[in-house]
Amino acid sequence: MNRNGILFWIGATLFLAAALLMTQVIGNQYPFFAGYVILQFVVLAVAWSILGGYAGYVNFGTSAFFGVGVYTAVFLAKAFGAPLAVQIATAAAIGALMGFVLGLLTLRMQGIFFSIATIAATIVIETTVTNWRYVGGAAGIQLQRPMVTAPFDNYVQMLFFVQALLVVLAVAISRYIQNSWIGHGLKALRDDELAAECTGVPTLRLKLVACVISGALMCAAGAPAAMYLQYADPSSAFNLNYSVSVLAMSLIGGTAHWAGPIIGAILLGATQQLLTVTISSEVNVLVLGVMLVLFVVAAPQGIIGLIRKVRRHRSEGEA
Amino acid sequence: MFSFDLLLDAVAIGVLLGCFYAAVSLGLSLSFGLLDVPHVAHPAFLVMASYGVYFLNENYGIDPLLAGLLITPLLFVFGLVAYRIYYETFEKRGSDAGVRGIAFFFGVAFIIEVLLILQFGVDQRSVTASYIGKAWRIGDMRIPFRLLVAFAVAAALTILLTLYLSRTFMGRAIRAVAQDQEALRLMGANPIRIKQWAFGIATAVLGIAGALLIIVAPVEPTLDRSYIGRTFCVVVMAGLGSMAGTLVAAIILGVAETIVLTLFGASWAPAVSFGMLLAVLAVRPQGLFGRRS
Repeated sequence: MNRNGILFWIGATLFLAAALLMTQVIGNQYPFFAGYVILQFVVLAVAWSILGGYAGYVNFGTSAFFGVGVYTAVFLAKAFGAPLAVQIATAAAIGALMGFVLGLLTLRMQGIFFSIATIAATIVIETTVTNWRYVGGAAGIQLQRPMVTAPFDNYVQMLFFVQALLVVLAVAISRYIQNSWIGHGLKALRDDELAAECTGVPTLRLKLVACVISGALMCAAGAPAAMYLQYADPSSAFNLNYSVSVLAMSLIGGTAHWAGPIIGAILLGATQQLLTVTISSEVNVLVLGVMLVLFVVAAPQGIIGLIRKVRRHRSEGEA
Repeated sequence: MFSFDLLLDAVAIGVLLGCFYAAVSLGLSLSFGLLDVPHVAHPAFLVMASYGVYFLNENYGIDPLLAGLLITPLLFVFGLVAYRIYYETFEKRGSDAGVRGIAFFFGVAFIIEVLLILQFGVDQRSVTASYIGKAWRIGDMRIPFRLLVAFAVAAALTILLTLYLSRTFMGRAIRAVAQDQEALRLMGANPIRIKQWAFGIATAVLGIAGALLIIVAPVEPTLDRSYIGRTFCVVVMAGLGSMAGTLVAAIILGVAETIVLTLFGASWAPAVSFGMLLAVLAVRPQGLFGRRS
C-alpha cells in the first residue's frame, strides 16, 4: 500500500472512531437525526458518481434504488423481523441485481435517453410498489424499531454509526475504482465512447460493472431509512427529490475526484438541514435548484475544479 | 367485469385525451425532436403557462383559451432567452454539454416548481369557463365538453404547426437546421438564430397547451413530473421531430392510458406512459415514424 492509501485508511479509521465517540458522549438526539441524513447523502452521492461522474451517464434513478432499498427493508422487517444487517445486505444484493437489469436495458442509450429511461424506470417501480398491498400500498406502513443493542443506547445513534460505516465502504470502493483500470476505462468512454470501444475498452461491460456497484450502494443506503423514519410510503421513498439532490451534490462537489461528491454532499446536506429547520423545506429545494444551475453554468467542474484552478494559479505565480 | 361498451367508451375518451397529449407534446417535438435540446424542463414550462392562464382567469375573468393566447408572446420571449442561455453556456462550449445540459434543465424545472409552490401554494387550481363541467351525451356515452374543446384546439394546433414547418420560409429553415447545421452555415445563414427562433416557437405553443392542461383537469405545481413521462413518451414514440407522428403516438398513449384506467384502476395510470417510454427506448429507440440515425 502506498503513502496515500495508508493516509486514507488512517483517515477512515479516525472518522469511524469519531462517529462512535459521538454516540457515546453526546446525549442530545438532534445531531444524530441531522447527521444521519447528511451521511446518507454522502453515500448516495459517492455511489452516484461511480456511474454519473466517471462514466458521464446522468442517472436519474437514484430515487428508484433508494426506494427499493427502503422497501426491501420494510418487507424483510415485516415478513421475517430480520435484523438491520440482513436488511442492508439483502438491499445491496437486490440493488446490484437491479443495477444489472436496468443497465442491460438502458446503458446502450446515450445522453438524455439514458436519463429519461432511468426516470421512467423509477416511476414504473414506484407504481408497482404503490399497488403492492402487503407493504402498505399508497397509504404507507408504520414500522416498529427493535430493541437496541449495546454499546448504543438509542436506535438513531446506532443507525448513525451504521450509515458512517456505509460511507467508509462507499468511499473506499469509489476510490479503488478511480485508481483502477475500471476507472480509467470509464473515463475513456466518457470522453469518447466510440474511440474507447475501438481501442478495445469493453465499454458495455464496464458500464454494467459501474451500474451494479452504484446500484448496490444506493440500495444499501436506502435500507436503514425505513427504521430511521419508522414509516415508509411510496411517494416519499421514490421521491424525485433524491435524484435531483444527489445529482446536485455530485456536480457541485465535482466528479473528477472521489472526494468531490463527499464535499458536495456535506456542504449541501448541511445547508439543507439548516434551511429546513430555520426557514422551510420549499426554500431548501429552491436553494438546491439555484445552486445546481449556478454551478453547471459557472463552475462546470464543481468545487474540486475550483480548487484545482486556484492551485494551478498559485504554482504558476511561484514559477 | 369486462364489457364491450366500457372498452368503446375508453377508446373514445382515449382518442380525445390523446389529441390533448399531442398538443402538450408539440413544443417538445420541436425543441427536443428537431433541435436536440435535452429539454427536461418542458413540462415545467407547461405547468408554468397553466398557472399564467389561471392567474388571468381568476383575477380578470378572462376565458382560459384567450388567456393562453395572451401569454403566448411572453412565453415566446422567455423561450428566446432560455435558448440563448443554454446555447452560450453549453452548446457553444461543446464537450460534456450533454451531462450538464440535462442537469441545467432539471435545475430549472425544480426552480419553477418551487416558485409556483411559493406563489400559489400546493393546492390544486382550476379555471372557470362556460364549457367546463358540461358533457355531451351520445346514447350511453358521456363525453365531457372540456375534452372536446381540448380535442378541437389540439387538432387545430397540430395542423397549424405542421403547415408552419412545411410551408413557411422560417419553418423550412427550422427543418433544415435540424438536418444539417453546417450546410446552413455554409450557405450564409445563421443556424443559431434559427434554432433560437424555433425554441421560441416551441415555448410559445405552451400558452395554448397550458390553457388546455388546466381546462382538462386541475393543476398543481408538481404536475410536471408525470408529464415528463407523457411528453417524452409521445415525442420518442413518434420518432424525433415528426409532427404527424406526434399526433398518432399521442393517441396511442391516450387510448392505452384510458384502457388501463378502466381495467386496472387509477393507481396504475402513472406507469403507463413511463412504461411505454421505457419499452420504446429499449426496443425501438428511433420511434414508430422516426428517421434512422
